[in-house]
Amino acid sequence: MKITDRFSKGEFVVTAEVGPPKGFHVDELVSEAKEYLSDIAAVNVTDNQSSVMRLSSLGFCKALKDAGLNPIFQLTCRDRNRMALESDLLAAALFGIDNVLCLTGDHTKLGDHPGAKPVFDLDSVSLLHTVCELEKGRDLGGNELVGEPPVFAKGAVVSPCSDSVDAQLAKMERKIMAGAEFFQTQAVFDPERFISFMERAKQFNVPVQVGVIIPKNVGMVRYMSQNVAGIVVPDSVIDELKADKEKTKAGITGVEIAARIIRECRPYCQGVHIMALGWEAKVPEILKLAGI
Amino acid sequence: MLVTKLKDKDTVASLICGKAFIINCHGCKEVGFPERDAAEFQRELESDGKVSGILTMDYICNPENIALNLSLRKDEIDEADCVLVFSCGVGVQTVSSLLEDKRVYAACDTYAVPGGQGVTPLEFDCRQCGECYLNLTGGICPLTACSKGLVNGQCGGAKDGRCEVDPDMECGWERIQRRLAMVGRLDVLRSPVQIRNYDNEVNAAE
Ligand code: SF4
Ligand code: SF4
Repeated sequence: MKITDRFSKGEFVVTAEVGPPKGFHVDELVSEAKEYLSDIAAVNVTDNQSSVMRLSSLGFCKALKDAGLNPIFQLTCRDRNRMALESDLLAAALFGIDNVLCLTGDHTKLGDHPGAKPVFDLDSVSLLHTVCELEKGRDLGGNELVGEPPVFAKGAVVSPCSDSVDAQLAKMERKIMAGAEFFQTQAVFDPERFISFMERAKQFNVPVQVGVIIPKNVGMVRYMSQNVAGIVVPDSVIDELKADKEKTKAGITGVEIAARIIRECRPYCQGVHIMALGWEAKVPEILKLAGI
Repeated sequence: MLVTKLKDKDTVASLICGKAFIINCHGCKEVGFPERDAAEFQRELESDGKVSGILTMDYICNPENIALNLSLRKDEIDEADCVLVFSCGVGVQTVSSLLEDKRVYAACDTYAVPGGQGVTPLEFDCRQCGECYLNLTGGICPLTACSKGLVNGQCGGAKDGRCEVDPDMECGWERIQRRLAMVGRLDVLRSPVQIRNYDNEVNAAE
């Protein structure tokens, strides 16, 4: 089901994210997803996230679809040229996968195959444009497709807490121009920052889902704050995680923080995208606590 | 060896709001330069009253050399709303870096010809992509100043203004954004979706 249908109904749309394994044994991950993520609108499947080679996003999307979930196919431009991207989009349509999230992708140098050729033939903007072309029944070379063209709900990402917020907004506008119909954001730990970003982004009138990562411990959030682009963790969050070590270890503090971020951001956006990073089992609890 | 070809004349002419100061580089002879076409185009612009001055010299990619010449022609440059450079991509980028608050535009596309690069040295790199983007990027080459060679804007990887691939390097799109703001051309960020044409890159193998 196209996730855009949910936004048009005015729902506060909840999605989560799973990363395929480095291998092809998916049973455990699929049954976990079924158990904890069946009630939400859709589940993103990452595409060689952080440039670490894993089972393909498309393959895992198919496995989730077969298990009755609604996958969002994440597609990056790092590993495929325009022809491979187009043919994977057609394969997605074949499998009935109709949500796609278009990303540029991290550079190969950051991952576990640093010697691989970084492709970047297209980028997030031109990929969105390509999806629109396919929907019109032609490929990027201008050749006609055979039969009924595919239809996708087309998503993109934006980094609201980035220190380059002007450049991010400019890119967001280009993505919309190219066909983006919804946005998921990089993880937000500071609702204030997100809210002031939304003040500027709301002019575009496109649904935005606030990105939330469950903070597991002090080491994790410190690392992200220092090293991950677009992530800023306020000291208050770090102090909260430090306060009660047992509670943090049990995941209770992380769940509370995540739920609070959702509650505070909810009036300013159209949904939430939870990146549980292995803590998928905690998603239902977070949503309950957030009042969703 | 590389070759420059004039961009579409109407497109280039439309970049000039009042008058342009024109710079021609007849520098390295390994660059094939469309001298006759350029001269004809410049005569047309002059007769339309769109030219404040013309500087023709060698090796505009030599920063000291060009900086001196630019300072000698300051009045004509001030009179112009933009500087139109007829050279390879390195030349345009060199001029652009020296005239930070001026709109500097490329009048040519730079193509590679098999058999190696020109002698162009230095600080700025041109990959001879055959479809020069400098007029959309504030005179900063998106193919060489951005680690991913992105032509549609910044990726999500910049942190503290640094590139995700190399923290010693400033994010190219951060620089482009700043420069466009400085010269009042943020509107080009709304130009149509750009898709590279690798057919123009004769030396496609990198
Ligand atoms: S965009 Fe860059 S690589 Fe292409 S011609 Fe211009 S300076 Fe050279
Ligand atoms: S961080 Fe900036 S320079 Fe580096 S790849 Fe992304 S857009 Fe390009």
